[in-house]
Amino acid sequence: MSDFDRESMLEMFIFEMSHLIDQLEATIVQSESEYNIDQINEIFRIMHTIKGSSAMMMFDNIAGVAHSIEDLFYYLREENPQDLDYKRLSDHVLGGADFVKEELAKIQDGQKPDGDGTDLAKAIDKFLQSIKGTGAEIPEALPPAADVPVQSVAKKQSYTAGDTVYKYRARIYFQDGCEMENIRAYTLVHNLQELATEISHEPQDVIDEETIPVIRKNGFMVEFASSQDYNYVYSHLLATVYLRELNLEELSAVGAGASPVPVAIPVATPVAVAENVPEALVLHEDLPAAAIAAASQPDTSAASQDASQRKAGAAAPTHMISVNVNKLDALLNLMGELVISEAMVTQNSELEGLQLESFNKETRHLRKIISNLQQTVMSMRMVPLSATFFRMHRIVRDMCRQLDKDVQLDIVGEETEVDKNIIEHIADPIMHIIRNSIDHGVELPAERSSRGKPAKARVLLEAKNAGGDVLIIIKDDGRGINTEKVLKKAKTNGLTTKPDAEYTDREIQQFIFLPGFSTNDQVTAYSGRGVGMDVVTSNLEIVGGTALVDSTPGEGTTFTLKIPLTLAIIEGMSVLVAGAQYTIPIVHIIKSFKAQPENLFTDPSGNEMITERGEIFNIVRLHEFFNIEGAVTDVCEGTLIMLENGEHVVCLLVDDLIGQQQAVVKSMPKYFKKVRGLSGCTLLGNGDISLIIDVAGFFDK
Amino acid sequence: MAMVQNLFDEERHDDTIKDQYLTFAIEDEDYGVEIAYVKEIVKMQAITKVPEMPNFIEGIINLRGDLIGVLDVRKRFGKPSKEHDEETCIIVIIYSDYTLGMIVDAVQETAIIPEDRIAPPPSAKLSFANQFIRNIGKVGDDVKLLLDVERFLAQD
Repeated sequence: MSDFDRESMLEMFIFEMSHLIDQLEATIVQSESEYNIDQINEIFRIMHTIKGSSAMMMFDNIAGVAHSIEDLFYYLREENPQDLDYKRLSDHVLGGADFVKEELAKIQDGQKPDGDGTDLAKAIDKFLQSIKGTGAEIPEALPPAADVPVQSVAKKQSYTAGDTVYKYRARIYFQDGCEMENIRAYTLVHNLQELATEISHEPQDVIDEETIPVIRKNGFMVEFASSQDYNYVYSHLLATVYLRELNLEELSAVGAGASPVPVAIPVATPVAVAENVPEALVLHEDLPAAAIAAASQPDTSAASQDASQRKAGAAAPTHMISVNVNKLDALLNLMGELVISEAMVTQNSELEGLQLESFNKETRHLRKIISNLQQTVMSMRMVPLSATFFRMHRIVRDMCRQLDKDVQLDIVGEETEVDKNIIEHIADPIMHIIRNSIDHGVELPAERSSRGKPAKARVLLEAKNAGGDVLIIIKDDGRGINTEKVLKKAKTNGLTTKPDAEYTDREIQQFIFLPGFSTNDQVTAYSGRGVGMDVVTSNLEIVGGTALVDSTPGEGTTFTLKIPLTLAIIEGMSVLVAGAQYTIPIVHIIKSFKAQPENLFTDPSGNEMITERGEIFNIVRLHEFFNIEGAVTDVCEGTLIMLENGEHVVCLLVDDLIGQQQAVVKSMPKYFKKVRGLSGCTLLGNGDISLIIDVAGFFDK
Repeated sequence: MAMVQNLFDEERHDDTIKDQYLTFAIEDEDYGVEIAYVKEIVKMQAITKVPEMPNFIEGIINLRGDLIGVLDVRKRFGKPSKEHDEETCIIVIIYSDYTLGMIVDAVQETAIIPEDRIAPPPSAKLSFANQFIRNIGKVGDDVKLLLDVERFLAQD
């Protein structure tokens, strides 16, 4: 395998794994008090996939841990033991998940995943043994269908107990575009070895990349013998990564064994059919009804029904595909191009003065399609917040256990969508705020009870759309922010700029977003070191968002994060300097105004300033800042735009305002070195280019 | 934004483009750039100036939705700039991961210059522009100055 192949496989692997781990955590945290059979199956499936994929990538330590958890859940699934210590079970699984996460992080950094998972695996095995020990009280032969509504687990057990060897033939189709089908086929065979013998497959030499097209076209065919029954083998194969279609056929069963019903005879009938048409790989359920009827074996049809039900269940995830973000970016570019060329065609100067009734009608139709297309393309970049939100369950759970607090996290509006790029930047801020709320805000259960609050605290995580923005609200019912303490701390850190009495509670509360600010006297594992809340603001700044806090002492604190829907489009004010257009993100603009000569003054070192409504501001001339020639130099003739960036305000001199418009943001060509004060460029609706001003550039001189 | 030509996009193979050069004129001299670097040729269009750039960087153009940087070859060679006219063209090149436009007086032709018709420049001639010329090629009796793209693009 070349490095390149491995590189892209690694990327796929990491993507797949993180997704699975997220799913795993969500499943566990949802159901911590007790697992139902679906959740056990889900965890089993996830672990099985993790094991298979990491074995394929030769990360044996990950595979080892996954294997022991898989064993554990296999037992749970098969035996359904009562009186489980679910808390301990969850701890073990989450421990495993953490281990996998750690190793993934190493792989992502290009290091070797060298963590030792054997202790973890041993602990899990020990736990399994202990369950098995207590589970002995439960009668081995569970009454069929007890507590297991969908899966015919109990029935299966009686089969597997015997020595009957079944022969199977499976044909597997991988999802289109999953790549490296031959390696996946190899992994499949490798995984089969645990439960099957006499494995033969077609194409034979799967290591050879030449077989990829064959597998894509005809599927991967594998024949094997196994003592496991149809359902078990089917579900085993179903866990294959990137599976699109699975046809599993039972060829024959040899040996008598302890099967309560004579399975061998009826199943032989379908084989006769199959052998008459060797090329036609028929599914169990596709067999002529007569054959099954002749077999007078209700179990066969039950099993096939079961299989078909599961097949339908497995087909559902294929409605989603994962696409490289670069491709979406390219699509967005092409979209912009299409809009421009549409205008060039329909407003072509050669059409002027012509009577074009039908042409105009058709172009209106075209324009409508194009604008629909544009919306669809934009919506493709949008991802729901649910994955980010549900990840917080885990954080809340872990903190509650360590801090002995009792918190319920309620999630509302997780289906709200934001741009993919933005999601990456808001996960951390949300996490920090939730940690802060639980650590600082929420009181211990006893204290809560004594204050007449319910012992179980409530943290609300809510997302909602508000115009072109998304609001993320994190609300707790804890003790609120102690403004006195905050102000005192702000004063000792030299952050205050006016007398104490002039500060409103709201202003004081905003101090907590400044770097190095923590009022918690004790440093805990989660907060108190003074980093955290400023991460919130700095991360939000990257995506052009803002954070607000509102707190009522004794009743709780509400954090509101305002983030734009998308980074690809900003709301900008176009301004003119020496004939060239510049775009200023509207979020930074307070107002624009014309200067009066009597309000202007210059300090001895030549800094220009202006008084506006009693306050004094620095003036930055955009043409001077960028050394542009031919601009308006008289401050009173041009227009001043008052810009804010956090606490700082400045007045920017430009020639003129053009107007407000939405701009598609592009980065500067790679060849250009970074220019302070510019963050990128944008294509205007008419195809012109405008440079986007980075307001922060005016402040950090 | 009309595209004049989309050169060899599909046949960017070593065999077919070996020894091929796109030749262009600056002042009275003819220059050549290896066709492997050339993406396309577009006619002159509106350029958006970018502040704080070296003088030979003209700005950014919108190439069908892609924003690419544009250099003025004349200014890069230290020659006086010239009014743009009908013949002025932008040669779009791809070098490592940059896509860039080069403003030239006129694009001439694609010429095949076999290796035995190429010689290094005489070391005695040390004009400013010389540092950007790797070799000198001959087509018939004409001399083409072959560009050293790496040095041409270096921003010190």
